[in-house]
Amino acid sequence: MIIGLGTDTGGDDAAGLLVARRLRELGVEAQDYSGEVLGLLDLWEGADSVILIDAMRSGRPAGTVCVFDPRQAPFGSEAFPVSTHGLGLFDALALAEELGRLPRRVVIYGIEGRNFAPCDEISPEVLAAVEDVARRIAREVSG
Amino acid sequence: MNPGAAQKAGKTIKVDYLARVEGEGALRVRLRGDRVEEVKLEIFEPPRLFEGFLRGRRFDEVADITARICGICPIAYQMSAVHALEHALGVAIDPAVRALRRLFYCGEWLESHALHVFLLHAPDFLGCQDAFEMARHHRALVEQGLRIKKTGNALISLLGGREIHPVSAAVGGFYRVPSRRELRPIAEDLKRALDASLSAARVVSGFEFPDFQQDYEFVALTHPGEYPFNEGRLISNLGLDIAPAEFEEHFIERHVKHSNALQCQLRGRGSYLVGPLARFNLNYDKLPEEARQAAQDCGLAPPCRNPFRSIVVRAVEMVFACAEALRLIEAYEPPAAPKVEVEPRAGAGAAITEAPRGILYHRYELDSRGLIVSAKIIPPTSQNQRRIEEDLWHLVPQLLDRPPEELAWRAEQAIRNYDPCISCATHFLKLHLERDDSPFSGSLSGRAGLQPRSLP
Repeated sequence: MIIGLGTDTGGDDAAGLLVARRLRELGVEAQDYSGEVLGLLDLWEGADSVILIDAMRSGRPAGTVCVFDPRQAPFGSEAFPVSTHGLGLFDALALAEELGRLPRRVVIYGIEGRNFAPCDEISPEVLAAVEDVARRIAREVSG
Repeated sequence: MNPGAAQKAGKTIKVDYLARVEGEGALRVRLRGDRVEEVKLEIFEPPRLFEGFLRGRRFDEVADITARICGICPIAYQMSAVHALEHALGVAIDPAVRALRRLFYCGEWLESHALHVFLLHAPDFLGCQDAFEMARHHRALVEQGLRIKKTGNALISLLGGREIHPVSAAVGGFYRVPSRRELRPIAEDLKRALDASLSAARVVSGFEFPDFQQDYEFVALTHPGEYPFNEGRLISNLGLDIAPAEFEEHFIERHVKHSNALQCQLRGRGSYLVGPLARFNLNYDKLPEEARQAAQDCGLAPPCRNPFRSIVVRAVEMVFACAEALRLIEAYEPPAAPKVEVEPRAGAGAAITEAPRGILYHRYELDSRGLIVSAKIIPPTSQNQRRIEEDLWHLVPQLLDRPPEELAWRAEQAIRNYDPCISCATHFLKLHLERDDSPFSGSLSGRAGLQPRSLP
């Protein structure tokens, strides 16, 4: 299962959503999901493996892509801070694990963003990374 | 550090949080001796940026754009938007559409209240640092909360097409409406959510609440015969009684230096409180029997002036939302058409609806092509902001002899009582103490020293 996270009106925060949309154009099934993260527990219910794509803010250059397993997260929750409301992605992952509701395999693609203000334009580096990540995931799932 | 030293010298308490959006919010309390000299709550507010973003957009794009302001209350933003635009365009909606919109709102209240009650607010009362620790020590309670939340989401999904940022509400009605058969299965989930909400109300009413009461001016919508969602007059316990269109004559927004958010106040009177406490106190007699009984069983009666008890009121409102949703589904007949045709015309219109955390005001001005000339959005958190600060003015002096961790935790909890946009950021709430006699550097999380407790 592939889920792109983010918001459409938060500048680079749309990165995950754009990857999911691009994947669908490439013929790969993917969902976009905005807002409150605990809804993810219902969304991935029954899935054995899930790929999550989200914008991140870790101090790296915009457009940097990091792929990692959150069970051995090298970043901690600070790179994926809370949404405008609700808990952060790592809160949802930790809660899911505690409740036995985390899929067996979870991979996160983090795309470093720069502009997160409401109504911001998406950075060109992030747009390039979106294309790159979509193609990488499409290759991964098809082969 | 010796808390007693705070009696002698100035002390600054600062609670910071991080948010995904730009800008940083913080709580800063400055003390001199046992006197509070300053309380500043800094909140970053995205809605105001959307006002500019909406100018020049077509009226029928507004609901979808404003729904993206918030991941927790997109329905509230949609509802205030479509009602304000319907007033501007002279559109009357089908009574069946009106009922469906109430059902839509039930889903949002359930979802938002379940998140706040079980995962954000309950940890304060059970000595847990966060939702994760709650899950470790009170797993059944967390799972119960997640099930109620899921039912709310399912209801929104059914009516909105998508759970988060629903797209189905439109000026004049809905883009699509469900059949009676489509609504039926969710009634079973709602019956279970009703039982779970009743049991949650009993549990949270047994929590230990600080003895803290304030003389609030409560402001909420009221409507004859129903607990308020989308329609009604705006009233207060101190005699306010106006139509939503008169809002700006009675309320003023002030720029305050410490925050980029505008603080909203009642003209000539100052702060006021919106949200569950205000709704409950002003509309208790409109609650259905199940919810009134639940309130009585919890020892809750209007007027409730203790903001820490808002968790009980939210649980009672979950009971209401389940009972109301079941009633609406039972009585539902689909409208003749999902929406009425709407012709663009020049005009202006305002509306207020009851978002989970309080009244949400929208006003739009349109040109003859139906394009937005101006937009105004006043969210509940900016209306409660001044009131939160005043609660802290009164609360902090009662806590000066406590350890700094406890002081920070109580201050955070006092903010969380209001379920503001920042209450969710519990992970990032930090206390900074600065004292001029003995500089303390470092930060503390207010909940860091808590010890998990068993359920009452």
